[in-house]
Amino acid sequence: MEVDVMKKVPVREQEPLVRAKNFDEVCYGYTLEEAQAEASRCLNCKNAQCMKGCPVSIDIPGFIQQIKEGNIEEAYNIISKSSALPAVCGRVCPQETQCEGKCIRGIKGEAVSIGKLERFVADYAMEHGLKPRKENEPNGIKVAVIGSGPSGLTCAGDLAKKGYDVTIFEALHQAGGVLVYGIPEFRLPKERVVAKEIENVKALGVKIETNVVVGRSVTIDELLEKEGFRAVFIGSGAGLPKFMNIPGETLNGVFSANEYLTRSNLMKSFREESPTPIMKSKKVAVVGGGNVAMDAARTALRLGAEVHIVYRRGEEELPARVEEVHHAKEEGIIFDLLTNPVEIIGDDKGWVKAIRCVKMELGEPDESGRRSPQAIEGSEFDIDVDTVIMSLGTSPNPLISMTTKGLEINKKKCIIAEENTGKTTRDGVYAGGDAVTGAATVILAMGAGKDAAKAIDEFIKG
Amino acid sequence: MYKILSRTNLTDIIIKMEVEAKRVSDRCLPGQFVIVRCSEDGERIPLTICDYDREKGTIVLVFQIVGASTKVMAELKEGDSFTDIVGPLGMPSELCEMDIEELKKLNLVFIAGGVGTAPVYPQVKWLKEKGIKADVIIGARNKDLVILEDDFKNVAENVYVTTDDGSYGRNGNVCVCLQSLIDEGKTYDKCIAIGPLIMMKFAVQLTKKLGIPTIVSMNPIMVDGTGMCGACRVHVGDEIKFACIDGPEFDGWLVDFDEAMRRQTMYKTEEGRKMLELEEGATHHGGCGNC
Repeated sequence: MEVDVMKKVPVREQEPLVRAKNFDEVCYGYTLEEAQAEASRCLNCKNAQCMKGCPVSIDIPGFIQQIKEGNIEEAYNIISKSSALPAVCGRVCPQETQCEGKCIRGIKGEAVSIGKLERFVADYAMEHGLKPRKENEPNGIKVAVIGSGPSGLTCAGDLAKKGYDVTIFEALHQAGGVLVYGIPEFRLPKERVVAKEIENVKALGVKIETNVVVGRSVTIDELLEKEGFRAVFIGSGAGLPKFMNIPGETLNGVFSANEYLTRSNLMKSFREESPTPIMKSKKVAVVGGGNVAMDAARTALRLGAEVHIVYRRGEEELPARVEEVHHAKEEGIIFDLLTNPVEIIGDDKGWVKAIRCVKMELGEPDESGRRSPQAIEGSEFDIDVDTVIMSLGTSPNPLISMTTKGLEINKKKCIIAEENTGKTTRDGVYAGGDAVTGAATVILAMGAGKDAAKAIDEFIKG
Repeated sequence: MYKILSRTNLTDIIIKMEVEAKRVSDRCLPGQFVIVRCSEDGERIPLTICDYDREKGTIVLVFQIVGASTKVMAELKEGDSFTDIVGPLGMPSELCEMDIEELKKLNLVFIAGGVGTAPVYPQVKWLKEKGIKADVIIGARNKDLVILEDDFKNVAENVYVTTDDGSYGRNGNVCVCLQSLIDEGKTYDKCIAIGPLIMMKFAVQLTKKLGIPTIVSMNPIMVDGTGMCGACRVHVGDEIKFACIDGPEFDGWLVDFDEAMRRQTMYKTEEGRKMLELEEGATHHGGCGNC
């Protein structure tokens, strides 16, 4: 096939107006021919900048060269040395600010589509039953990992490869963390992709015990002192939802994005036959502009509602990935930007009937470098809605820090941990991912899990 | 995992099961709850722990059939297993944190209503083990709905059963009973009321008037039960609390019961529809355990 070296080989997607009514995956991914064509655009730089942008340092030019030559199995072996979840990362990583953001091709044209190539290799591996390889024989030393999200799975996978006897403790009934409860099916298929990648981690010998809320069902002290674990990695994420503290937030029809998405994703309430209910909304306001807001909005749309994103800053300030905003717009999500809710109005039975907002304007840049929004006086107006979904970010659950002696947290309730090792203030206890940073991305959490696995190995070997 | 060792029908619609759940029984205290699922695609259902045996590694669950999911749960037999049980969740009862000698000085009264009688049991039992006395009022609509009376007789100082229709024990609801006990000369320093929201609402109105500080246990809609979803938001005074991690027990004088009752109806029509699907037209009323 013909390739314009300045442009990415386009990837096939479900038609926007068709996909707006179903939960099937939006992006179909590359065929072998398309992947090889895209791979041919890679310059195989000696001093590969892309790798520097990757939090888990995948040998990107290395695996792309193998695709060029048609050795997909070898491409998979290269990726799986560095990443336990390539099919996930190929789908949800913000490549535009990481590997692809540093690609030399991107200076004059479009960067090589590294994410789509990674996804192609990972999907090929799943279809052909390829598994990651163990590097060392079992050493019988027990390590506990708390949370089966991206950081926990990565840390567990890396430690198992090194021979450790790893058990992951998961609070929910299903493993995967945010990959299962947070990110919707249409972006990240659960059975076809997430479950398979978790199977690969288990194939390395990792055990997963579900239904264990560490801090309640068992404490870290007990794991270390009574259950024989030599070290613990905390990858418990940032699960507590934030609300705005405006009037009307306990009206019927106001949800956290966490609740709405957990109902749909984990409990499968988007399926008619699911015993777990979800609100059948006609008109929804999603408050917030991050990836989670886009996920909640696109879920509500697929469940049949008209959906408004209500965000206090402008389009350029939207924290969501450009691709997600683009997809949301294509599907018909309405963006009410420079708009901030001040109150949720209920009907006489206590159900949401409108959200009262003010218009905003952007002032001078604040400490974060973003222009801070200010309300325009007298600009109040109502948007009639029956549902409000709050997507304002999340903070770590204090349960673990509250119940672990000597484990310190900062003002934002994040666990204090060393940058490159995840070492906490408690000996033998490491932490990484959103539990340390506050809500961030899948790949940053994976990077932290990887660093901690290395540090735990060094700690145990003394 | 989570095997059902025994199963008894306490009434037509209230069922008691003893289930293996080692991690829960190892650590649970009165006031805490679990979340269960009884099939692969099943709903997550919060249930208060009614009793536990640390040696056997079991807990006792008591639930009332109120919707499609509890109906499916009621079909489980001895020897079957729950798909999932997670816990213990929530904070233990405030009583567990208090000084034992201080507790011994207090006159305690528990008000137990309907299926809410079950979570009162471990608290009174725990007190008895510590040598602390407590009176218990058990309220039910009628004689057939009174549960655990004999169990309570073994652990409580006095047990007063009262039925709305007077078919058993005293005549009238729990508030009538408490008022008449006071009129008969009883004094109480602290009350713990657990039952349907409407019962707790009126019990609290009365204890406010009587000046008896009251703890209530909330059982709102929940998904994860670990603080993640916020479905269980409840106004306690000016603050919004999550029942799953801040509760489930709160200062009853401060709880906004009207809001809690309204929030309880969030999925009512959907649940009704699912129940009808399951029962094809039969009109089933599950009592008011979940008003």
